Amino acid sequence: MSKNLAKEYWKKNLKYLLILLSIWFTVSFGFGILLIDELNQIKIGGFKLGFWFAQQGSIYVFVTLIFIYIGLMNKLDKKYHSKK
Amino acid sequence: MDLQIWIWLMIGITFSLYIGIAIWSKAGSTKEFYVAGSGVSPIANGMATAADWMSAASFISMAGLISFMGYDGSVYLMGWTGGYVLLALLLAPYLRKFGKFTVPDFIGDRYYSDTARLVAVFCALIISFTYVAGQMRGVGLVFSRYLEVDINTGVVIGMAIVLFYAVLGGMKGITYTQVAQYCVLIFAFMVPAIFISMQMTGNPIPQLGFGSEGSDGIYLLEKLDGLSRDLGFHEYTTGSKSKLDVFFITAALMIGTAGLPHVIVRFFTVKKVSDARKSAGWALLFIAILYTTAPAIAVFARTNLIETVSEKKYEDMPVWFENWEKTGLLTFTDKNNDGVIQYVADSQINELTIDRDIMVMANPEIAELPNWVIALLAAGALAAALSTAAGLLLVISSSVSHDLIKKIIKPDVSEKGELIAARVSAFFAVLMAGYFGINPPGFVAAVVALAFGLAAASFFPAIVMGIFYKRMNKEGAVSGMITGLLLMLFYMTKFKFGWFGGGTEADWWFGISPEGFGTFAMLINFIVSLIVCHLTKEPSEEIQELVEKIRIPTIESK
Repeated sequence: MSKNLAKEYWKKNLKYLLILLSIWFTVSFGFGILLIDELNQIKIGGFKLGFWFAQQGSIYVFVTLIFIYIGLMNKLDKKYHSKK
Repeated sequence: MDLQIWIWLMIGITFSLYIGIAIWSKAGSTKEFYVAGSGVSPIANGMATAADWMSAASFISMAGLISFMGYDGSVYLMGWTGGYVLLALLLAPYLRKFGKFTVPDFIGDRYYSDTARLVAVFCALIISFTYVAGQMRGVGLVFSRYLEVDINTGVVIGMAIVLFYAVLGGMKGITYTQVAQYCVLIFAFMVPAIFISMQMTGNPIPQLGFGSEGSDGIYLLEKLDGLSRDLGFHEYTTGSKSKLDVFFITAALMIGTAGLPHVIVRFFTVKKVSDARKSAGWALLFIAILYTTAPAIAVFARTNLIETVSEKKYEDMPVWFENWEKTGLLTFTDKNNDGVIQYVADSQINELTIDRDIMVMANPEIAELPNWVIALLAAGALAAALSTAAGLLLVISSSVSHDLIKKIIKPDVSEKGELIAARVSAFFAVLMAGYFGINPPGFVAAVVALAFGLAAASFFPAIVMGIFYKRMNKEGAVSGMITGLLLMLFYMTKFKFGWFGGGTEADWWFGISPEGFGTFAMLINFIVSLIVCHLTKEPSEEIQELVEKIRIPTIESK
């Protein structure tokens, strides 16, 4: 891969990281900890929403985030390696 | 069939399986010994990582811990899963691209310095030893409860098994036994959970069950909140810790997870960079199955327990009560001599003390499940403890034979000599772990939780900046690691063992507990590294090129 392409590739990667890590932070530290009192006013079935995010929801989102990243990077790898 | 026979049968079958795999996957080279020849498929590696990761603590203690802590227990749930996002996004692919055997390998090469390598070896050894002692103890506990042998005999049996497959098979043997151990442990964890969820809520999926209504038409969580309030405990779904502390503990556990050497090294065992990402995804998926079930078990067990014992006559207690009283993990003192069990938050009146570790283990008995389920649980707990112990022992042995002997003391050692050194150090590591299992230093439990703080404060910043910040040099990284490590050790020994004048909760800096302090020490590590790095000269061209190379995966053309 040429220097320029490599730079472009890395920039794209950093953009993905920034977006995915903000979601990671929001569901766990945001919904599960900082905003818990507000979210606990909302109830879904027997769960208070904030409590659900802290003990269930955040974990589901974590798994999803990694698989989204795998998909994005596989696409990116393909795109840049066909250009070389 | 009798419970004892079931237990011997389950343990016999699973152990012969592990030994069979070990013989089949004997390691022939150092590459096979350290990283299983880098030929493990992502799904198998995901399972092995999950088994490696989920220790006796996750399997036996976590659900019990949550059932006593309620919302505050979320720090473990988020902390011990969220770290995998960091691993998959920030560390695993790049370390795999770098393509060596250990974490000190990366630190030593990226920071072109044997000092950095030594500091990393030192951190890896401290973290792994504190962790492994707890595992051997777990093995001993399970044996003594279920096989009615002495705890020490239990530890020795566990040592013999781990010794056999870790020394013989190295990473290759460990990886494939861990795959088997994952299957055993997850099955053992889920079966009782599904049974109990059915019994209590009619819903076979525990993750949904604990948000459903019980047979009396009241939401289980609402009922538990009510019961907790009535007995003077804090409400189950709200916490008692400060928000700031919950934040810091969660962060320390997440970042610590991403910095644990026995977890990171698992990503060296796959074929290519994209496989490293994939196996982090699979690992977290396999871990999430247990981690989303644990809070459900916590709620079921807590509700069941309160309803079974609270304000009930002691003489009417079921058989399990007496069984666990014998182990000393459950004690009843009739303070007001009325023959009735008062279980309340007020320690003046409370008559029942329950060790949190029995919540998962006694669960099938409390719910009156068949004997084979109890036997399965014993086999699962052993699988969890053994798989983690083996992974840690490998880190210890490769730190000694590869990072110390091969890289620093005697670089001209032959491949065969290094392999012998690896096996000998694995052997001694098992003996030492066994020694600590039999004579546990009183601080093991406290220190295991803090191993995460140490990993966060030392490794994580050095590795992340090594990849994402080309300008970072050895002066910055080494001073950062040392400051982070020392600061964490200082805070931990001050507040946990009373060194340096000791102190109480009131003296905590900014109200941060020792468990959460790793986050703080990590921030200091980052700051020190950055300042020192800009006062000293930047790393050489070659190093900067090395970093560029790590960032871009190579794809073999077909």
